[in-house]
Amino acid sequence: MSVSVGTLVSHRKKPADAARAVRSEPALVRWTVVAIAILFLFVFLVLPLATVFQQAFSRGLGAYLAALAQPDALAAIQLTLMVAAISVALNLVFGLIAAWAIAKFDFPGKSVLITLIDLPFSVSPVISGLVFILLFGAQGFFGRWMQDHDIQIIFALPGIVLATVLVTFPFVARELIPLMQEQGTQEEEAAISLGASGLQTFFRVTLPNVKWALLYGVLLCNARAMGEFGAVSVVSGHVRGETNTMPLHVEILYNEYQFAAAFAVASLLALLALVTLVLKAVLERRLDAE
Amino acid sequence: MKIDVSHVTKQFGSFAALAGVDLEIKSGELVALLGPSGSGKTTLLRIIAGLEWPDEGQVFFDGTDALARSVRERHVGFVFQHYALFRHLTVFENVAFGLRVKPRRRRPDEAKIRAKVHELLDLVQLRPLAERHPNQLSGGQRQRIALARALAIEPSVLLLDEPFGALDAKVRKELRRWLRHLHESINVTSVFVTHDQEEALEVADRVVVMDKGRIEQVGTPEEVYERPATSFVHDFIGESVVIPVSVADGALHFGGGRLALDSQGVHTGDARLFVRPADIHVGPPDDAPLKGTVKRVHGIGSARRLEIDLVPAYSIEIDASGTGATPGDLIGLTPNRYRVFAVGA
Repeated sequence: MSVSVGTLVSHRKKPADAARAVRSEPALVRWTVVAIAILFLFVFLVLPLATVFQQAFSRGLGAYLAALAQPDALAAIQLTLMVAAISVALNLVFGLIAAWAIAKFDFPGKSVLITLIDLPFSVSPVISGLVFILLFGAQGFFGRWMQDHDIQIIFALPGIVLATVLVTFPFVARELIPLMQEQGTQEEEAAISLGASGLQTFFRVTLPNVKWALLYGVLLCNARAMGEFGAVSVVSGHVRGETNTMPLHVEILYNEYQFAAAFAVASLLALLALVTLVLKAVLERRLDAE
Repeated sequence: MKIDVSHVTKQFGSFAALAGVDLEIKSGELVALLGPSGSGKTTLLRIIAGLEWPDEGQVFFDGTDALARSVRERHVGFVFQHYALFRHLTVFENVAFGLRVKPRRRRPDEAKIRAKVHELLDLVQLRPLAERHPNQLSGGQRQRIALARALAIEPSVLLLDEPFGALDAKVRKELRRWLRHLHESINVTSVFVTHDQEEALEVADRVVVMDKGRIEQVGTPEEVYERPATSFVHDFIGESVVIPVSVADGALHFGGGRLALDSQGVHTGDARLFVRPADIHVGPPDDAPLKGTVKRVHGIGSARRLEIDLVPAYSIEIDASGTGATPGDLIGLTPNRYRVFAVGA
């Protein structure tokens, strides 16, 4: 998780180009350091990514497309898209409300709430999944009541969505809180004094002021929602073609020694990561411009 | 519109921002709320606007209860200290905002909005900048756009929070004069907050001097400068030389000796003598009520100032443009005009 926490901060102000004046190390030292960094990047990031695509296409394009067209694979892709769509939409609303409440109002327990928002970042995703088993599982807190009313949460779509929502909750809120706090409430006060209603103020002032940060949060939230393995694995039940998301499907195929098929599905996730990176770079530029 | 503020108090935690304030603002007046930070002036302005609510007391607009109406319904133009322009909107759209958010049946059509915005941009002399964004404007330009935006809703009251606070000295002076002229031409009841006495005295019809959540004095710039009602006002507005004295048997005493000065009816006890530095006459020591030794002379010409050690012991600084006193001289000091306030008054 430390990686995504880092990226959350990275698009803030970059230090000015004052390095020139203090850069006095000999060329040999400089090049060695740069070489180590590049080698490290290559071995740990570029090589694995290349391997994914190499393995995916190891049996040719036909086998690649066949692996993706397999009904279980299609079901997994469909489920992943649905889970991501629901959880991102929910977290967009929750995150916006939480950030708005924290940034624009003072209330008791505010610092506790800020800490709580970060909780999913510091808890292992497996725990995040187990929580829902403990609440809604057959032996769980609400388990009996739910059985009586024929409500299925665990080993079904609602459980997967709940686990994903919990794990991805901080992304939108964390992105918005510092920006909204920095912007303060004066523009809202100005809007209201000019006769705007609460809704008009929100849609004409508050939302446009944070739109790039919001998109940025949504992007990261989506990437994590589609890629989440641990929490989803606990609540999914691994029913093929029904409750398997893409990451779970990759694992199953891999365990069954269907390497090419596993990497074919994995290549879609890798592609998602690359698209996310590009969009992130674009959004960061917009955010810096603001 | 006439504004009446009556017995207004406001508490922030344990801090009393306003401790029972009464104020009457006449229709068409330009009033300055002047005071140091923490004096409650901004809180009072925000209560008049409806951005803050008093714990107790009442606010009336033309005799009707303003506290029954929200800021939306009060129809006030509020200019914020840091302008609070909508950063994602152009200058044109900033000014048009108040017109676009009107309920549909009262909203003017697009042509009327354009005409109104252009008229306001002409008024603040910034029509060429209509398509710019706020971050492309200078501080003074932002301030004028904020004003145009507030005027777009044709407010019955114009409220300005430290309108020139964030500007550099030269722009401040220009905008000050410009605001004065603007007020004369549109004649809307206006209240502005400032901590800068020069600003308040130059621009306002009347000045409300505040300290620690209370109003110390309300009056024209001449009144608060020439006839300060309290020691705080004397000290805060203009320069003052303050000498600790005491009153006994109806006479002033300083350093154990009786002064040939009027005690101005102040009761027996500790008091302070306030004199404007320019009102002190420097002469021979013989008959002067106060005597002292010149310790240091600094500045030249009209900015010449003397640091004086009074006899027996107290040091003051005065204007001394007309005197030829040099360090070491024993001189006499005669306050031509002065005020005596009991300590705490």
